[in-house]
Amino acid sequence: MVLSNEDLKSQVEALLGADILHSEINFDILSIEVAADKIHAVIAQLQKDEMLRFEFLTLLGGVHYPEQVDREFAVVYHLHSWKHKIRVRLKAFLPLSNPSIDSITDLYPCANWMERETYDFYGITFANHPDLRRILNEDSMDYFPLRKEYALEDATREDKDDRFFGRF
Amino acid sequence: MSKEKEKVSNSAAEFYNSKETIDGDIATINFGPTHPATHGIFQNILKVDGEKIISSEQTVGYIHRAFEKLAERRPYNQITPITDRLNYCSSPINNLGWHMTVEKLIQAEIPKRVDYMRVIIMELARIADHLICDSVVGVDTGALTSFFYPFQEREKIYELYEEICGARLTTNIGRIGGFERDFTPVFHTKLKSFLKTFPKAFSEWDSMLARNRIFMDRTRGTGPISPERALAYGFTGPNLRAAGVDYDVRVMHPYSSYEDFDFIIPVGVNGDTYDRFMVRQEEIRQSIRIIEQAYGNLPEGNYKADVPDFYLPDKADVYNNMEALIYHFKIVMGEMEIPRGEIYHSVEGGNGELGYYLISDGGRTPYRLQFRRPCFIYYQAYPEMITGQTISDAVITLSSMNVIAGELDA
Repeated sequence: MVLSNEDLKSQVEALLGADILHSEINFDILSIEVAADKIHAVIAQLQKDEMLRFEFLTLLGGVHYPEQVDREFAVVYHLHSWKHKIRVRLKAFLPLSNPSIDSITDLYPCANWMERETYDFYGITFANHPDLRRILNEDSMDYFPLRKEYALEDATREDKDDRFFGRF
Repeated sequence: MSKEKEKVSNSAAEFYNSKETIDGDIATINFGPTHPATHGIFQNILKVDGEKIISSEQTVGYIHRAFEKLAERRPYNQITPITDRLNYCSSPINNLGWHMTVEKLIQAEIPKRVDYMRVIIMELARIADHLICDSVVGVDTGALTSFFYPFQEREKIYELYEEICGARLTTNIGRIGGFERDFTPVFHTKLKSFLKTFPKAFSEWDSMLARNRIFMDRTRGTGPISPERALAYGFTGPNLRAAGVDYDVRVMHPYSSYEDFDFIIPVGVNGDTYDRFMVRQEEIRQSIRIIEQAYGNLPEGNYKADVPDFYLPDKADVYNNMEALIYHFKIVMGEMEIPRGEIYHSVEGGNGELGYYLISDGGRTPYRLQFRRPCFIYYQAYPEMITGQTISDAVITLSSMNVIAGELDA
């Protein structure tokens, strides 16, 4: 059975109720914002629900929005229901002061490395993660490279900036 | 000694821990990072009792090149060369997948001919990818001949790429909106001759391994995974299908007109090395079927869509036409108009669901681009698959999983 995004929206709203802070259909995916402390419960509900069966975690990652005060980080989850051939996107925003969220490795074992990668690049910590270490970067690194404060060289610059060539 | 063992053998782990400390029977060996059998740069620290693997731990990231960070400063058309370097055994799939993602964002209307041309190229890439993976399984079981046979055929596929885009390995094929040129007469000749000769050469090679007693004994039951565990570990692509789950992005979320073609999704039963090998072999045959259908019904029409903001105009127009000149500068300087939005688009890559999660804030570069790299996700299952197996089984399990270091480490 194939669900449309509108049907999915009404079903998810019926299932989750007040846990949904905001929802919209962005291109072909329903995008739902959930409070960070609710994310584990919400994903467990979506996974275990007999009707919806979002049993496959497609992607998990972070985003950094330095301008949004107290919502600097987002953790984005893409779940996939093969029964209904539909995806859903879940977002939880975290403050820079305490970028911590529950791990979902107990629900989806494949989240393990994706959460480690998110920690590695954004410094978002996952509570109850079995082995939260850096994964792609070196262990001794003391910064989180995908944060926006580490700007790459501006491609539209008009003069060469020596800082970018190792000359201070 | 035996009494001591009994005392501590409550669980297997405890037993081995004590064994290690008491009499040093457990050896720790490094499988990789640079080892002829890893086919890429990744390390596995194996704990072995004699020949049997007790536990293993992977280290990844040796060739991390910060693609996601690089993508945040590059204009959209300059990201295509980055995608080449993910799964470099099938770079055209990565390139075209990225182009389709951007086209979805700008809601471009793509001519049917472009779709069919893309299908032909993506299926050629899938054949090349599977040929390498399956021939490497042959090498690791000791059959070096089976490595050289398919490389002749792969060479022909690379010549076809060359005819389209000039490059062979890191292809940077096509453009956002279509291709830089139509299929050339040489391409038509070469593709026709490939379609004629490949099936025969392929079945000759296939017969060396597929029903070979030695190969079957070696690969059956090696590195198995159940469908439940495969799903939990986020398997996609041939590895998942070998475990018996028929998920294929081409069928579930058809892109580039895949719904027009008739093909079978092969599935395995045991999820072991032999099944993974056989699923790939069958996918090669199905890819040939798809190419024959697409090439036989190649629609008339243009080889590019009408997206002047993204598609670099012809050189003659740039010199003679003011509008084309403006577009040329805008594209080269990366000043295209991009709508805001968030997109997730995925294609069936050589080794699984290759996804692009793109956030655009309307700027000249993506605000965030995350790649769903299939082998990064399913490689997590490797320790579970090889525990209890021998070291030589670990080697063929690794090669049959088609873990590509470039994609693993981004």
